[in-house]
Amino acid sequence: MQPARRPRAGTGSSGEAAAAQAKRRQGMLLASPGALYLLIFFVVPLALISVYSFATRTSTGRTSLSGWNVESYEAIGDDIILGIIGRSAWLATLTTALCLAVGYPFAYYLATRPRHVRAILLVLVMIPFWTNGLVRVFAIRFLLGSNGPASALSESLGFGTFRILFTPTAVTIGMVYSFLTLMVLPLYVALERMDWSLTEAARDLYAGGSKAFWKVTLPLTKSGIVAGSVLVFVPSFGSYVVPDILGGAKTLLIGSYIARQFRDARNWPLGAALSVLLIAAMLIAVALNQRSGSGAEGGDRRRARRRGRAADEAEPVTAAV
Amino acid sequence: MTALVPKLPDRRPGNGRGRLLLAAALVGAAGLLAAACSGGDGDAASAADCEPGQTDGDLAFYNWAEYIDEELLTAFEAETGINVEYTTYESNEEMLSKVESGAAIYDLVVPSDYMVDTMRRDGLLLELNFDAIPNSANIGSEFDNPPFDPEHKYSVAYQWGTTGIGMSYEVLDLLGGESTWAVIFDPGTAALVPGSISMLDDAPETVSAALKYLGYSIEDVINNQNEDAVREAGELLRATNDRLLKYDSVTFGDDLVNGEVDVAHGWSGGFFLSFFEADAYDDYTYTIPVEGGVRWVDNMAIPHNADNICSAHAMINFLTDAENGATLTNWTYYGSPNAASTPYILDEILEDPGIYPPPEVDARLELIPHAGDMALLIQDMHTQAKS
Repeated sequence: MQPARRPRAGTGSSGEAAAAQAKRRQGMLLASPGALYLLIFFVVPLALISVYSFATRTSTGRTSLSGWNVESYEAIGDDIILGIIGRSAWLATLTTALCLAVGYPFAYYLATRPRHVRAILLVLVMIPFWTNGLVRVFAIRFLLGSNGPASALSESLGFGTFRILFTPTAVTIGMVYSFLTLMVLPLYVALERMDWSLTEAARDLYAGGSKAFWKVTLPLTKSGIVAGSVLVFVPSFGSYVVPDILGGAKTLLIGSYIARQFRDARNWPLGAALSVLLIAAMLIAVALNQRSGSGAEGGDRRRARRRGRAADEAEPVTAAV
Repeated sequence: MTALVPKLPDRRPGNGRGRLLLAAALVGAAGLLAAACSGGDGDAASAADCEPGQTDGDLAFYNWAEYIDEELLTAFEAETGINVEYTTYESNEEMLSKVESGAAIYDLVVPSDYMVDTMRRDGLLLELNFDAIPNSANIGSEFDNPPFDPEHKYSVAYQWGTTGIGMSYEVLDLLGGESTWAVIFDPGTAALVPGSISMLDDAPETVSAALKYLGYSIEDVINNQNEDAVREAGELLRATNDRLLKYDSVTFGDDLVNGEVDVAHGWSGGFFLSFFEADAYDDYTYTIPVEGGVRWVDNMAIPHNADNICSAHAMINFLTDAENGATLTNWTYYGSPNAASTPYILDEILEDPGIYPPPEVDARLELIPHAGDMALLIQDMHTQAKS
């Protein structure tokens, strides 16, 4: 999101061109460790997965690479698998909507605090994010368990024991908790960067509080909403730890189903085909976001520059995400 | 530490240029081809030429977690003068993937029944030289003709156990003192249970339990590839899903003693470990349902790419010794396949019907055979139940 585009090197003198080339070479050198890492740990595995998705499972569960076919992709049309994909998409959408509903007011509150308070609050938001996700999910499991504090409270208030663990509700609670930070941070960046004088102008022009919010604030923070939604939707769609631990593995989601193909069913081609499909869907979502996001970003940046305000202030947060 | 838990599956369980992508794809494809060629040779190597007790280097022993009294390893080291590099796994599939990929070289592994079958068919096991394992004569005759190893060339039984139901004595009384799969599968009987019910998150186990309740023989159904019976079991599992609190293959024993569930489908050893740790033997019991349940046998076997084959034979011979075999069971609380060990096994183990079931129950125990092409249907039934 950093306005990284530098002015093009002048084509005037050859010295300048050489300097520009040296600079480019230096840039490539600096980028090479990252590029190498991505090559080995991202591109190669992805290529392997793609190859495997066209392979065949033998009756002993071995993956045979002779006889390429698209049977695994055809199997995805199966009712069971479509049902699992549909359920996963629904749960991911619900998680994203709830994260937005909880995250937006929260980010709004954060962004409107005085600067020094903001810094403290931001650290508080990030602390859970530094804790291992599995540990946090087990903590939730303890909180929601029938011997846990939530149940004790409900009982002392006379509502009887609290049976929520191992239900879809528990999974939703766990997912919202796990991914909320990913929603709050981009929203905070968008709100913090927003030109509040525009809201003031709306009020001056007799817009009510809510009208100013719906017509000015919300559209101006669209980039944050989109970015946050993608950041929450993508991992919650493929999530497999939360549904297994908090859902008691009773409601099968696509992440668990894929893991199962590689582990128990030993059906690598199907697991690979589903993974390829999932990655393709994510890439399309991110590409769409990039397109709509870059438009909004460009607008923000232009306004920020016009006001002579450093958009960079908020960058560290984005980088942390 | 007395009892333990093998049979548990896993606990746990990212832009570049076009040229770069292409290069990576080529590298990846080359790697795959190499893997496919190296692993694909179906012929098992022939029996090794070793004397009893002969060793040929340090032994890499890959076993289930919590599955041996480590004093036995120390004793073996003292007797032979070689070192044992002992590492553990938590699922057959975890072990298989390591052996199959050659990511690590092991001299001795302990696959369960169906996994011996899978590895044998894929040429991943070495034929044993029984002349180098004179103590194998100690193994009981009922382990002589394992269906998973038809000519009995690749495996020697290590320990055996069962899959059944864990419950409190209170619930057992409600059932009239007789454990039955109906407590999970029959709505009326399940209604007698005051609390919740859990099942293993394991397709072959849930489908087998349903088959047993429906009166089928697991071996008949799978060996005859009877898809209708498997689908019928699948329907039963689907109807049962809403009655369950959860599927769990890891904490089923703890959930039972903690009161999270009142009835749990699980592996014998997992329950014994939880009962032992929570000091709850007086309140809870592991039962084999009257309809019969699943029996499993874990076996010592030597991977096709083992380095120190004679050392592996020496260890098999050492562990099939009468007293050493008893030491195994006295620590694991699983059944011993070693007939000569009986005099040395603790009475409390021999007298526990959950470990050594009475003959009429024992007759109703079945191994889950290698399912071949039906394995995927069995997985689907388990998946479909959760839909």
